[in-house]
Amino acid sequence: MQWEFRDDRPIYTQLIEQIQLRIVSGMYPSGSKLPSVRDLASEASVNPNTMQKALAELERLELVYSQRTSGRFITENQQRISQIKEQLADEKTETFFLQMQQLGYSKSETIERITRSN
Amino acid sequence: MENILECRGVSKIYTQFPALNFTNLTVKRGRIVGLLGPNGSGKTTLIKMISGILTPSSGSISINGIPVGAQTKNMVSYLPERTYLNDWMKVRDIIDFFSDFYTNFNKEKAYDMLKRLQINDGDRLKTMSKGTKEKVQLVLVMSRETDLYLLDEPIGGVDPAARDYILDTIISNYSENSTVIISTHLIYDIEKILDDIIFINQGNLFLAASTDEIREQHGKSIDAYFREVFRC
Repeated sequence: MQWEFRDDRPIYTQLIEQIQLRIVSGMYPSGSKLPSVRDLASEASVNPNTMQKALAELERLELVYSQRTSGRFITENQQRISQIKEQLADEKTETFFLQMQQLGYSKSETIERITRSN
Repeated sequence: MENILECRGVSKIYTQFPALNFTNLTVKRGRIVGLLGPNGSGKTTLIKMISGILTPSSGSISINGIPVGAQTKNMVSYLPERTYLNDWMKVRDIIDFFSDFYTNFNKEKAYDMLKRLQINDGDRLKTMSKGTKEKVQLVLVMSRETDLYLLDEPIGGVDPAARDYILDTIISNYSENSTVIISTHLIYDIEKILDDIIFINQGNLFLAASTDEIREQHGKSIDAYFREVFRC
């Protein structure tokens, strides 16, 4: 997964989303150790302060936790990860319906199209 | 002390022409700051005054609470727009020169960066391309372990791939206790690494804010915002 940033929003919010995605998808497995802030920042070519800010927010969301001396880890709480996964899925679905609406499809028409394409 | 740099009522007048007319400006420690503005807006003048090469016509500038002067020389690592190095010198001679000259110069760090940039320390400056020369200068400047780095147009002559590497070098070589001020026109390339933005226009401070704030408020990149504000 590549780090990609769009122009219209702050970098740190995009970092939060992308790290969430990495956790939910298992790329960063539950209970595993995260790379250091500096390494992560350098990998994403962003400022370490920005990365720090994003990780602090992820800590607040209880997706990662830090251990005083040994670094940051992904939560072992599977339930929390599932919650975030569902939240992300809801957001994506909503955006999709919105885009379809802009094309002139009602919700039921959209659903019909999806079932047909399968 | 949280503020690394403080400017109070600083102005600079070049024989009648006012180049800079600042009210106040403070820069915090541990930040990467973009100094942005159109041509002739006073970016280089400001940087030169902070480094102590120019004296303000009025007002005062202090670094770590100490007025700019002999004492602050070792707190500032300055990358000028133009090269001042002797181009007959070999890279390794320049490194020796720098480490004799500056007590806080880290030779190991310099050689490490040169190696990663694939620059041969036995080459003479005059045999190098513009971009490679810029890289050498940046290595020299970033190899000093100091509080404030002033980079005046550090990536202008460098190709996009090396640009990324240089930005990476800046990110990974500054410590939480130091601050980097970068003046540039290549906003798009560097805005990802900037904490704060200082916009100056015709010698006046137009805006000083965090990158996130600007993106959040205006819903666009700093580059796009700059183009909007300074549209000709």
